[in-house]
Amino acid sequence: MADLITYRDAVADGIAREMRRDPAVVCLGEDIGAAGGVFKTTVGLQAEFGPHRVRDTPISEQAIVGIAMGAAMTGIRPVAEIMFSDFLACCWDYLANEIPKMRYMTGGQVTVPLVIRTANGGGLGFGAQHSQSVENWALAVPGLKVVAPSNPADVVGLLASAIRTDDPVVFFEHKGLFASRGEAAPDGHVVPLGEAAVARPGTDITIVALAATVPLALAAADELAGSGVQAEVIDLRCLVPLDMAAVLASVRKTSRLLIVEENPYQGGWGGTVASIVADEGFELLDAPIRRVAAACVPLPFADALEDEVIPTTPKVVAALRDLLAY
Amino acid sequence: MTATVDAPRLLELYELMSVIRGTEKAAHDAFLAGLVKGTTHLAAGHEAVAVGASAALRPDDYVFATYRGHHHAMARGAAPAECLAELMSKATGVCQAKGGSMHLTKASAGMLGSYAIVGAHLPLAAGAAWSALLRGTDQVAVAFFGDGATNIGAFHEALNLSAVWALPVLFICENNLYMEYTPISSVTAVEHPAADRAAAYRLPAEVIDGNDVVVVADAVGRAADRARAGGGPTVLEAQTYRHFGHSRTDPATYRPAEEVQRWLARDPLDVASRRLSELGVPDQEITAAAARAAGVVADAVAAAKSADGADPAQALTDVWADGGHQWRT
Repeated sequence: MADLITYRDAVADGIAREMRRDPAVVCLGEDIGAAGGVFKTTVGLQAEFGPHRVRDTPISEQAIVGIAMGAAMTGIRPVAEIMFSDFLACCWDYLANEIPKMRYMTGGQVTVPLVIRTANGGGLGFGAQHSQSVENWALAVPGLKVVAPSNPADVVGLLASAIRTDDPVVFFEHKGLFASRGEAAPDGHVVPLGEAAVARPGTDITIVALAATVPLALAAADELAGSGVQAEVIDLRCLVPLDMAAVLASVRKTSRLLIVEENPYQGGWGGTVASIVADEGFELLDAPIRRVAAACVPLPFADALEDEVIPTTPKVVAALRDLLAY
Repeated sequence: MTATVDAPRLLELYELMSVIRGTEKAAHDAFLAGLVKGTTHLAAGHEAVAVGASAALRPDDYVFATYRGHHHAMARGAAPAECLAELMSKATGVCQAKGGSMHLTKASAGMLGSYAIVGAHLPLAAGAAWSALLRGTDQVAVAFFGDGATNIGAFHEALNLSAVWALPVLFICENNLYMEYTPISSVTAVEHPAADRAAAYRLPAEVIDGNDVVVVADAVGRAADRARAGGGPTVLEAQTYRHFGHSRTDPATYRPAEEVQRWLARDPLDVASRRLSELGVPDQEITAAAARAAGVVADAVAAAKSADGADPAQALTDVWADGGHQWRT
């Protein structure tokens, strides 16, 4: 039996592998040092690499991301942590105006190779300011690569690519997945950015999912398998680059598409996927494209309320049955 | 290395300031002639801050400037022709006409950008300074910013973290008394908007005459020496004045005539010229330097005007490090 590792431990493992490989890789963020991160995703890094390469910061999001950018422009490969993705709003100028534009508006003079890691998503009852799925915020900004792994091996492999690329990457770690387990990444594991994975092959309907909606989609697919339906689950792994070739290839096979996303329907990434399929794959479809997304409300606190808002397996199953019956 | 500004060196600095002044006037004329679209924020009057600081810095140091940054680009080595070409949307622009007036950048000269979100670049300079420490060099990084930036969060976040990490970074405020149209004194709780805040972060600060290139070079040289020796950041507040309005065709009528006259009498070019005379440099050498500068500017204007316009193909390049813009398969 293969070694199992938690998603949480895979984050520290993935960073450590890159820090061992390249002395230019450094980390900074709130409580990431001796404390090992508020989600324990950086445990052991400061002990191995020292306080200069794994640096605690004040609660100062603009300084964290701004300093990371300045360092990235001058030969360092910083991995900056923003504790909760909701807090990206505190430093959004850097993600919207500075980091993604510097190469372009200088005519290619400047390179900004950095990673901003952040804990994204709901399901843990943190309330409206600590539970949002905001990957669609990053998708709205040309010049940012956007990564959101669904399992421990992908965490390691995608971190390797994110840290090695010369482009800026926003790396969304899903809070609801930290405790989940999966196969450990083999040595030298690298997952290229922009390559979706077929998480479950199937022929009858395509489910496109990302991060925590991948296990939801898999659970729903398993449920339908009992009634003889084979759903194919595509794990996008990245929103930028977006592997639309994989999505279109799957829809060519199944002729039906369900998109499961945790960010709000309003402005969610599924709208982009749907628009491309509608534009380039219209004749492949035998049914409308459906999206199961978060309701367009702030995230409520109580589990019973939160379940009403974000995607759940029963909602995905219901949407699948609906589409299959179309 | 603390800058020593002897007569030959000062004459060079005077000539460079004259080039910047002439280029800014040419930019103003080009704007009025319809050759520059969008906006410009001219730095005429601020030349001594940029030229004095650059005189005290090393070529491998890093400089970050604001949207009023033409003087910093040229002080660090950007050619007037490529700056004017950028303003005029020409292919030969220093940023291939993809940046414009507010984003002049000359990375090969350590001039790492002009930033048009007020205060955003102060943490970037801190980051470049951190990078120097991590790489074991003794480079310093400098952020130039206006008085208006001192009330924004990024200023305070940058000062605090730079102080705590003892980063080799200089924060140089060009205090020209006005944010845009509003006096900084009317919206700020302290008299010296940058220098008075330094104490809150246990940083050394100095208020200096930003119109005297020798004073600026001396102060920046001392601060850079301290930073290279591990002494951490310094805040410098250089008092200066805009010769033009905030931007575009702003005539700056909100400024009292008496105040304008008082500052024009302290024109940084005149201050430098008087120092040259005191050092025994003959008038004709000073005049010759000014004439050489005028020639450089005239050539730059001609080169920029005659250059090809921006290549439309460039609109879809350099989003990514591979040179392209593809975001999907």
